[in-house]
Amino acid sequence: MRPLPVLGAALLALMLVSVSVGAAQVDLRTILSDHRAMLVVLESRLPRTVAVVLTGAALSVAGVLIQALVRNRFVGPDTSGTAEGAALGLLAVTILWPASPLWLRMIAASAAAMATTALFLAVVRRLPVREVMLVPIAGLVLSGVLGSVVTFVGWQSDLMQYVGTWLMSGEFSGVISGRYELLWFAGIAAALAWFSADRFAILGLGDGVATGLGLSTAAVMRLGLAVVSIVTAMVVTTVGMIPFVGLVVPNLVARIMGDNLRTSLPVVALAGAVLVLACDLAGRLVIRPYEVPAGLILGILGAVLFLWLLHRRPAHG
Amino acid sequence: MIQIDGVSHRIGGAPILHDISTRLPQGKLTALIGPNGAGKSTLLRLVGRLEPLQAGRITVAGHDVATTPTDRLARVMAILGQQTAIASRLRLSELVAFGRWPHHKGRPGSVDRAKVTEALDAFALTPLAGRFLDEVSGGQAQRAHIAMAVAQDTDWLLLDEPLNNLDMAHARALMRRLRAMVDGGRSVGMVVHEINYAAAWADHVIAMKNGRVVAQGPAGSVLTEDLLSDLYDTPIQIGEHRGRPLVLHHC
Repeated sequence: MRPLPVLGAALLALMLVSVSVGAAQVDLRTILSDHRAMLVVLESRLPRTVAVVLTGAALSVAGVLIQALVRNRFVGPDTSGTAEGAALGLLAVTILWPASPLWLRMIAASAAAMATTALFLAVVRRLPVREVMLVPIAGLVLSGVLGSVVTFVGWQSDLMQYVGTWLMSGEFSGVISGRYELLWFAGIAAALAWFSADRFAILGLGDGVATGLGLSTAAVMRLGLAVVSIVTAMVVTTVGMIPFVGLVVPNLVARIMGDNLRTSLPVVALAGAVLVLACDLAGRLVIRPYEVPAGLILGILGAVLFLWLLHRRPAHG
Repeated sequence: MIQIDGVSHRIGGAPILHDISTRLPQGKLTALIGPNGAGKSTLLRLVGRLEPLQAGRITVAGHDVATTPTDRLARVMAILGQQTAIASRLRLSELVAFGRWPHHKGRPGSVDRAKVTEALDAFALTPLAGRFLDEVSGGQAQRAHIAMAVAQDTDWLLLDEPLNNLDMAHARALMRRLRAMVDGGRSVGMVVHEINYAAAWADHVIAMKNGRVVAQGPAGSVLTEDLLSDLYDTPIQIGEHRGRPLVLHHC
C-alpha cells in the first residue's frame, strides 16, 4: 500500500464531504444553477476546507522541522514556545499600535515566534544529549512560562478574548473568504521546506555528520526556524493554535517511512491535512447544527495517539 | 598532507591541547595513539572542522580548515566522529547515500549510485540496506556510518575510533579496506585504542599524551617497549609477528 495515493484519495474524499456539510443545505449537483448554494460554497465551505487543509499540512511539516532541529521526536510547534511567541508578538503590536496594518501584525507575530523558538533551541543545546525526555519537558516549561506572560499581559490590557482565540480555540468556524488567506503563506513556507528536505534529514543525523558532509548547520537551522515560525504565526493569527498535529503526524509517518524527508515530507503534509480535516468534520457533525472546535477533537485524539506511540516505541530508539 | 601548526585548545577553561605541531603524511595510514584524555579525538575533530579552531593553523591538502568553505572541505576530506545515540530513522542505504551529498547536492547521478552500492557491499551491508538505523545493532550502525564516509570518496579519510563496536572480523575487514584505499593513493588518519591495530596496519604513528605529541614517525620507530610503557604508564612488551611488531599488554 503506497501512502501517497491512498492519502491523496482520502483527502479528496474528505474535502468533498467538507464542502457539502454545514448548517445550510447545499446540493453539489445543482450548484451551478443555484446562486445561493454557490455563494455558500465559494464564500464559506471552500475557504474553510482549504484553510483546514493548509493548516494541517503546514503544521505537520513544521513539526518535522522542529523535531529535526532539536533531534527529538517528542516536540512540536505547539510545545516549543513558538505559538506563545507568536501570540506575544501579536499582543505587543496590538497594544503599541492598535491601528497597525495586517502585514505588520504578521511580521510581528512571525518575528516573535522566531525569537522564542530560537530561545528554545538555545536551551535545548545546553541539555545533555542523552536525556531525551528533558527536551520536551523544557519545551513545555518554556511554553508554560511564555503562555503565562501572554495571559498576564492580555489580562492587564483587557485583551484576553484575543489571547483565547490565538492559543486556545483552534477552530475553523470563523473562516470565510477573505479571512483565511494568510494560511497560504504557511502552506508556501512548508512547501518551500521540501526543497531543503535533504539538508534537514542530514541535520537530523547530528552536527558532526552534518558538518562532515559539508552542510552549514547554522544556515539550515535558520531556515528551519523561519519556516516553523512563519507557519505557526500564520496559524495562530487566523484560526488559533491546533494542538498535537505537529507532534503526532511526523511520528506516525516516520514509523512507517523513516526520516528520508524528501520522500516523507509530502506524505507528512497530506496526512496532517487528512487528520485535521477529519477532526474538523467530526467537530461539525457531533452536535449538528452546532460545532465543537477541531482543536478540541484533536486534543482528545492526539493525546490517545501520542500515548500509543510512546507505548509502542522500540526500547532502543 | 595535513599540516598542523601551533594548535592549542581549551574546553571549558581546561587545556586539552598544548601548542601541537605535527603532520599527517600524504598517501599513508596514520594512527593517533595515546591514553584516554590525551587529546587525540580533539585534534582529529579540529582537523575535521567539527570544533572551531581556537589557536594555530591546520591545512588539509593545502586548504586552510579555518577559512575554506565547509562544503569545499567535504570534497577533500571525510570525517567520522564518535557516534552518539542518534534517533534518526533512515534506512542504511539512505544513510550511506548521503555520503555522496557533498558531490551532487541532491541530484545523484549514476556514479553516485555506483559508489553507494560499492560502499554498502564493501562493509557487508547490502543485506541490511533496507533496515532502519534504529533497528540494527550498534556495530551495524557503526559500519553504515563508516560506509557513508567511504562513499564520500575523498582524498582524506579521518576516523575517530572506528573500531568501536566492531567484532574482530569486521574490524579486520575495515583495516584491510583502509589499507587498500591507502595503497590506491588515498590518505587515512584514525584514532586507535587497540594498539595492535596500529602495529599491524599503520604506516605512520603519532603518539600523544596530556595534550602533547610525545613521539611521531614510522610505526616501527614509535612502537617500542620503552616508549609505549611510558606513554601508557604500564609495562608493555613487544614481540614480533609476521615481520610486524606485536604489542603484548595482557601479561
